[in-house]
Amino acid sequence: MSEAAAWLVLFLPLASFLIISLVIRPFFNRYSQWAGYLTILAIGGALVLSLMALKATTGHEGPIGWDPHSWITVGSFNLRLGIYMNSLTAIMLVVVSGVSLMVQVYSQGYMKGDPGYARYFAFMSLFTASMLGLVLASNVVMLYAFWELVGLCSYLLIGFWYHRPAAAAAAKKAFIVTRLGDFGFLLAILYLFFHQGAIAGQGLNSLEIPDIYRAVQTGLLGTAVLTWLGLGIFAGAVGKSAQFPLHVWLPDAMEGPTPVSALIHAATMVAAGVFLVARFFPIFEAAPATLRLVAVIGGATAVFAATMGMVMNDIKRVVAYSTISQLGYMMLGLGVAGLAVAREGHVTAEVARAAVAIGIFHLFNHAFFKALLFLGSGSVNHATGTVDMRLMGGLRKVMPWTYITFVIAGLSLAGVWPLAGFWSKDEILAVALKEQPVLFALALLTVFMTAFYIFRVVFLTFCGEYRGGAPGEHGHDAHAHGKPHESPPVMVVPMVILSVLAVISGFWNVNGAFSVFMGEGQTKGFFEGFFGILAHPLPWIAMIVAGLGIFLAYLMYGSKRISAERMGERFKPIYTLFYRKYYFDELYENLFVRRSLVNGLFAGFQKFDTNVVDGAVNGLANVTVATGKGVRRWQTGQLQLYGLFMGIGIVVIVLVLLFAG
Amino acid sequence: MLAPIGLEHFLVLSGALFSIGLYGALAKKNAVVVLMSIELMFNAVNVAVVAFSRYIAPATTAQLPDTARFLLTGQVFAVFVITVAAAEVALGLALVLAIYRLRATVHVTEMNLMKQ
Amino acid sequence: MTPTGLEVSPFFTLVWWVTAIGIVVAAWSVVFLRDVLKAALALIGSFLGVAGMFVMLNAEFLAAIQVLLYAGAISILIIFAVLLTRDVFRGNPSNRFERLAFFLAGALMFFLTFVIIATPWGQLKDAQLSPEAQAGVAQVFSNTTPIIGQLLVQEYVLPFEVASVLLLAAILGAIVLVREE
Repeated sequence: MSEAAAWLVLFLPLASFLIISLVIRPFFNRYSQWAGYLTILAIGGALVLSLMALKATTGHEGPIGWDPHSWITVGSFNLRLGIYMNSLTAIMLVVVSGVSLMVQVYSQGYMKGDPGYARYFAFMSLFTASMLGLVLASNVVMLYAFWELVGLCSYLLIGFWYHRPAAAAAAKKAFIVTRLGDFGFLLAILYLFFHQGAIAGQGLNSLEIPDIYRAVQTGLLGTAVLTWLGLGIFAGAVGKSAQFPLHVWLPDAMEGPTPVSALIHAATMVAAGVFLVARFFPIFEAAPATLRLVAVIGGATAVFAATMGMVMNDIKRVVAYSTISQLGYMMLGLGVAGLAVAREGHVTAEVARAAVAIGIFHLFNHAFFKALLFLGSGSVNHATGTVDMRLMGGLRKVMPWTYITFVIAGLSLAGVWPLAGFWSKDEILAVALKEQPVLFALALLTVFMTAFYIFRVVFLTFCGEYRGGAPGEHGHDAHAHGKPHESPPVMVVPMVILSVLAVISGFWNVNGAFSVFMGEGQTKGFFEGFFGILAHPLPWIAMIVAGLGIFLAYLMYGSKRISAERMGERFKPIYTLFYRKYYFDELYENLFVRRSLVNGLFAGFQKFDTNVVDGAVNGLANVTVATGKGVRRWQTGQLQLYGLFMGIGIVVIVLVLLFAG
Repeated sequence: MLAPIGLEHFLVLSGALFSIGLYGALAKKNAVVVLMSIELMFNAVNVAVVAFSRYIAPATTAQLPDTARFLLTGQVFAVFVITVAAAEVALGLALVLAIYRLRATVHVTEMNLMKQ
Repeated sequence: MTPTGLEVSPFFTLVWWVTAIGIVVAAWSVVFLRDVLKAALALIGSFLGVAGMFVMLNAEFLAAIQVLLYAGAISILIIFAVLLTRDVFRGNPSNRFERLAFFLAGALMFFLTFVIIATPWGQLKDAQLSPEAQAGVAQVFSNTTPIIGQLLVQEYVLPFEVASVLLLAAILGAIVLVREE
């Protein structure tokens, strides 16, 4: 694995973006299939290179170091561009490029005939490039640049059908809400830069990630500094990963095309927050207060989002809330694992790796099954023209492939042995139990609700009788849907591939290999791990809880033995609370946006604008006019006067030359 | 008695002539007088140029015999100045006449159409 | 540096002073005479004086041109203009910047005189020329007309032709301007 190959991972999709947007779309047909083929080719290349990177980092102790390239040098300030390639990078590369490739193939079918076909693939290429760049970046400024770029792509793709007001509003909302978190991240970067002096003596650069690690390990930065840094970075992660209280944007982001949701809002960009925490884990590790905050926010978000997921009628929104919940799970995993392993008294570097292994393993598995869930709901949406589950039903018979893959993904999400979700979820549960029983209880509650809501979707969508599909023109595209039908192979094949991954991706850590790959722990026999885990009580508890959830969903929506309506009536206040998303949108809208911003801040801005800014502009104009009026008197139109002025000027010059020169 | 005539004499004469011309060009209302003053200034310049040609040029340009004719460059330029002056006075007087026909005045203070 | 040796004679000095004072008085009259026609006549006197100065500067050809062009042609044009505009009776008034202009011209005169006197011309004048060079200079100034003609059609032929075009344009412009509609 040479450095050029690592850069190529980033530049292949970027080249695809440039070619599509500068050559194919302007000069050829904007429906051209070549845009899609090119994207697939570029991202396929990136995937191959990512796998090479994975192979290169396997068994490689520590990061593969390439000297960064100097970019901006101002005095002692030196900003460099480089690649930080370690196991975390490699695993993220594989996730991003792998899921992205599947999504692009799927999109060939899903976006066919859309007027924005070429634009779509251009944005997707740019997004993939930015996400890969984010993962590869070796310094925080570069990381931040790509961090904002993925935010931009998210904005562009959520608002892809910008002619729909809901999509445009959702895009704005996503961008603005994540900006709040990004601001925290930016402050953290500035704070790092501010502390350059503290570590410059050791020849370290506070903006380079490896140097930050070294500074933390050698104790050059105090705990207070690290706590503030951790808080800032976590703020960025909260925004990007839609954690409480900045979760409100992600459900609305479902206005974008479904493959976009699968790629950006399930597998990759929202996971960037988790990645960010993992990337800067040494900082968190050295400031346990922040780690506790990560764990608590993660656990709270997991439950909180799951409750809302239980009552939504929009299939994509259920999956979106599920994503928030699972991201909370990852945060929980990172937090409690960090705390737990720290308590056992390892040195910092090993703790970091172990904890990161637990959180990232769930990210890795989640990417596949959640992308699959989104692609499945996109497939359903494609067939029925609606996203409202009340209008679906009975699709099992007409869409067997979608049904099977969706169920596999659902089981994986619910954490059923031996599917992927089981393995990572079990690790998080185990470490949570060890560390903090309250958080463990929250996590277990989440397991129950997760199983319930995802099988509610399964029963509502695929079982029973077909309830008519789209009433109007709700679908993403214009072509009329008579009867629901199975999606074309170009969409089904990626789903099948992803479903295989959703089954087997968890096997990687059955024998502890993933943890070893991440630099911590030891391997054991595969079958020992595969079946041995069932000897412990915890997996059984988790699976029984999940089974209860599935069973309840079956009773309510499968066999209808319990009426969902009556349940809704009985628990009406709670149902309404969940359904209205805890009134968070209203709260933000009224409290922050309307009262504080519009009435307070913006009114102040307006006053400032009319009085100070306009005053300055008008004053300047008045001064100019007055000056002009004054000077106009000199412009008599008398040529001789002008000559006189010239003469006076010459005399003045002569005087100056004679007496000053 | 009087000192022998040298370059300074010619230059001071030229300066006096030029200053009188400048005063006339700036202070007189009658456009024809203004043109006459300008002719005075041209003459002053010619005197200076020819005086330089006579007194300064030999010391700087006549080091070699075959460039001796360039001593008279000043006089040649005086010829051009006279040519331009002739053109200028022809055009200037034509303008004065045209304006006089139009506005019945030759006073430059009243020629302020551009101001309005 | 005396190509002719004539300059040192008291007679030359006397003639020079008479001519110079004549020129200044005539120029002064041009500006200050109330009668514009008389001012034009004073201008002719001034032109003739300048022609005399050219003679004293060994520029006989220029002196001839000065008499022909200035004292002859241009003066006639000016007198025509004076008569045609029939403004003779309004006198030769000054505008309201008269004092400022006078002060300015005086200042210019002062500065020019100061600079002329302060400049060490002697360094240039006293530059030692070889006897052959002195002889060459004397030869040039003894008969300037053929050399001026040579310069005009050889080294300065481009300005010469441009000047002729300029004159043509000026003639055409003047005709267009004064033509009756």
